[in-house]
Amino acid sequence: MIKKTFKRAFRDSLPVLAGYLALGVGFGVLLQSKGYSFWWAILMSCTMFAGSGQYAGVDFLASGASIITTAVMTFIINARHFFYGFSLLDKYKGAGWFKPYMIFGLTDETYSIVCSAQLDDTVDHKKYYLFLTALDHSYWITGCTLGALLGGILPFSNEGIGYSMTALFIVIMVEQWLTTKEHLPVILGVCTTIVCLVIFGADLFIIPAMAFIALELVIFRKKLDKTSAREEADGGD
Amino acid sequence: MIDTKYSLILVAVMAGVTMLVRFLPFICFPEGRKRPRVVTYLGTVLPYAVIGMLVVYCFKDVSFFRYPYCIPELLAAALVAGLHIWRRNTLLSVFGGVAFYMVLVQLVF
Repeated sequence: MIKKTFKRAFRDSLPVLAGYLALGVGFGVLLQSKGYSFWWAILMSCTMFAGSGQYAGVDFLASGASIITTAVMTFIINARHFFYGFSLLDKYKGAGWFKPYMIFGLTDETYSIVCSAQLDDTVDHKKYYLFLTALDHSYWITGCTLGALLGGILPFSNEGIGYSMTALFIVIMVEQWLTTKEHLPVILGVCTTIVCLVIFGADLFIIPAMAFIALELVIFRKKLDKTSAREEADGGD
Repeated sequence: MIDTKYSLILVAVMAGVTMLVRFLPFICFPEGRKRPRVVTYLGTVLPYAVIGMLVVYCFKDVSFFRYPYCIPELLAAALVAGLHIWRRNTLLSVFGGVAFYMVLVQLVF
């Protein structure tokens, strides 16, 4: 069962493999261009495990940003991750000693796959989440370190390979669309984010977008919340 | 020259804040404690809303008003969606779309 679980996690992680290697190499190249050795790439990819957060981090380090600025900006850039735990409170429940590691490793990609994976009883769900997190983390560390070591000397042009992340999210969106009847949440997500991007700009839009999405989902709760109506009929939780 | 102490502190701050954001929901609603039903509800609908948010997030740095007007991104997105509706094979859709996008940005645009 463990072997099968690992195989499944590995297969599902393959789209992330390409994307993390590419984005990681990009980060490593950028970091070493500011005079940091590959040890810093290893340290940052191990402890932060955040794509856009680490890219911004290079700027903070290179420009000598203050601790306050760094903390606030990192919070803004990674704020979207705050949403992820909400859907995983039950999925990660009782996961044991590796639960903190799985929460630490909740990237956009890991979260999307965890939420969309249709797992049957032939795989160990908790171990699957663990393997997926650890595999994604290992790809990221490998990419970041390679980039810092190679320093931009690649035998081929990898321009555009980072699009695999976009492609992965589109695939998950299409898959969700085909397997559900209720499309309002994803429509709200797309439209609200576009409107906020236009109004607030690329640096500041994500927190307002999150706030409005949460608000809209609460407003449409009567229409969307099927589970709680049933639970209430059953007499509570 | 690199200020090692300053850099280490900064990396620690960034790692700490990132972790805090990810842990927050689990800290607010620990296992075994009853949580407001609206939180459980949000947990069930957020994955759908978030994936919409993430797709838009991926497009945040490309301009619709400057050459090449987001055309490679949109063409590749259409191919990814089309491939996926056709075959429902994640790896095929992702890698097909990426290969197409790489050809577009390296050779065409």
